[in-house]
Amino acid sequence: MNAPAYNFAYLDEQTKRMIRRAILKAIAIPGYQVPFASREMPMPYGWGTGGVQVTAAILGPEDVLKVIDQGSDDTTNAISIRKFFAKTAGVATTTATNEATVIQTRHRIPETALHENQVLVYQVPIPEPLRFLEPRETETRRMHALAEYGLMHVKLYEDIARFGHIATAYAYPVKVNARYVMDPSPTPKFDNPKMDNCPALQLFGAGREKRIYAIPPYTQVVSLDFEDHPFEPYRFNAPCALCGAENSYLDEIVTDDKGGRMFVCSDTDYCEGRQATGHHGSLSAAPYKEKAHG
Amino acid sequence: MYVAVKGGERAIENAHRLLAHKRRGDQSVPEVTLAQISEQLGLAVDRVMSEGSLYDRELAALAIKQARGDLIEAIFLVRAFRATMPRFGSSEPVDTGTMRVRRRVSATFKDIPGGQILGPTFDYTHRLLDPLLAEGLAPEAPATADAHTAPTPRVTDILGRDGLIECSPPADDGASVGDLTREPLNFPADRDLRLQNLARGDEGFLLAMGYSTQRGYGRNHPFVGEIRFGEVEVELFAEDAGFAVPLGSIELTECQMVNQFKGSATEAPCFTRGYGLAFGQSERKTMSMALVDRALRARELGEEVRAPAQDEEFVMSHSDNVQATGFVEHLKLPHYVDFQSELGLLRKLRQEFADASTPDAMKEAAE
Repeated sequence: MNAPAYNFAYLDEQTKRMIRRAILKAIAIPGYQVPFASREMPMPYGWGTGGVQVTAAILGPEDVLKVIDQGSDDTTNAISIRKFFAKTAGVATTTATNEATVIQTRHRIPETALHENQVLVYQVPIPEPLRFLEPRETETRRMHALAEYGLMHVKLYEDIARFGHIATAYAYPVKVNARYVMDPSPTPKFDNPKMDNCPALQLFGAGREKRIYAIPPYTQVVSLDFEDHPFEPYRFNAPCALCGAENSYLDEIVTDDKGGRMFVCSDTDYCEGRQATGHHGSLSAAPYKEKAHG
Repeated sequence: MYVAVKGGERAIENAHRLLAHKRRGDQSVPEVTLAQISEQLGLAVDRVMSEGSLYDRELAALAIKQARGDLIEAIFLVRAFRATMPRFGSSEPVDTGTMRVRRRVSATFKDIPGGQILGPTFDYTHRLLDPLLAEGLAPEAPATADAHTAPTPRVTDILGRDGLIECSPPADDGASVGDLTREPLNFPADRDLRLQNLARGDEGFLLAMGYSTQRGYGRNHPFVGEIRFGEVEVELFAEDAGFAVPLGSIELTECQMVNQFKGSATEAPCFTRGYGLAFGQSERKTMSMALVDRALRARELGEEVRAPAQDEEFVMSHSDNVQATGFVEHLKLPHYVDFQSELGLLRKLRQEFADASTPDAMKEAAE
């Protein structure tokens, strides 16, 4: 039987070169979806195979990797991907946003501002922002080529007509470098402003859909809106129950079956960092924290 | 309570240990061997090799064992292994006309050169559960005869000699065959890529799509020209040696569907082809594949594209069970960040609805 033997960061060098070429093209055309020959990875499609391939292609032995899912370093899938690279690439891993050189993420952008020596790799399920308006790839590619985005504005307008608001709470469409409309992956729209003029390189990998796209550092990223209905980031109006943060995105935790709720930072590293420097919330006697990471 | 939503390395490790335990089942029952799977669950192995696109019975049997008999999971294991394998080159096209035939039936002619050979088939068995098999049963030795030496030409070639069926396009020696595992797929896709996609496609999906064409969603009047199953040689052209060297033989099932005619003012009418090919004995798969292949040729044959089975974006984007199961099952991953965002929006909309329905607001509206 053929005993499996794997290369540094799992992928063979030929595949990495193919992915790097796609990444370079994506950086050269911000927001444009570059088709690439996505491989079958040893984790399921839809679980971050695009992000994993991008990370595998850019990772070097000196890199320090952080992986988050829903903002947290210790959700199951984040742990699984972090362990995958610790095993196949032997790179150092961290949970501290500041120390990481490569951050792979699902559904969040860290609260701590990113810097120039970092790459943020997004896992993307459906890269095409127009997909739910037009299911055909042949059509949506033509619409992008002609910058024909009227359909998207009509959709946002219809939301306002029906609900009084733009009824998109996550995966809120953005325009990159005043040219391509882009799906930011299913991040809450709270995170959209962080993508604009960001010093870090932002790479997006969609494995099942076989697309890579990018936002180069310091690129303009604008959330689509109307003059009389400007873009509004949503955040539950409460401080974090653990660290007291007033400006971080919060997870809602159901604490009992009688309507009890608590709200805590979704970014666990940010929350722990604040608690370590003496910030407290209403419930931060912190037995929770020790249990969570014991 | 905060703990409940967080994973944890130890939780994952424990889950995997439990899985390994459940996989083994009751340890007083003997463990199943790869040879047992390969020999006694041979059609499962065939399916995993076909949809996993890797001809290796032992690895496929291992995947089935590791996946606890979940064939889509086994296909996934094989695919992930295959993705890391280096490519040495492409084999010479296999010649199914020279197949050592174990089974071969045609529905279009009562008798054909080389004869109809039933071979090992479930067809005509009465589907009655067999209690004797539960106890373990040494089967009767199969009937034997002298090896058949006459050639078994393909039925479509016989039709082709009279021009009654369209010619297969001649091989273009210079052109490389497309490979959607190496190059990103673009639409419209050529037939080589469509056939590759169908060959890797989920048997159940193709069965349903093929069935839909029979029920009028893209009807194409199919006849089974021929199904044949047996062994063929695989050869690789060795640049150094300057000739094709044999790599070994593999088992294949091929289905040639004969479908309704095409023709025009300038072209005599003739039957059209639908093609199916799979590793091992996979008749349901190859027949479904041939129906869908023919349906997907609608554009090329100037037919109106109206049914799902004729729509190559629809079929090719949804045929792969490894892709489909990943994306469907990813819904069990945490989504609480997006869900929280939706909750916030919904609460706001409900609040506005409630405010608008209060008597005060109604009065104001009336004024």
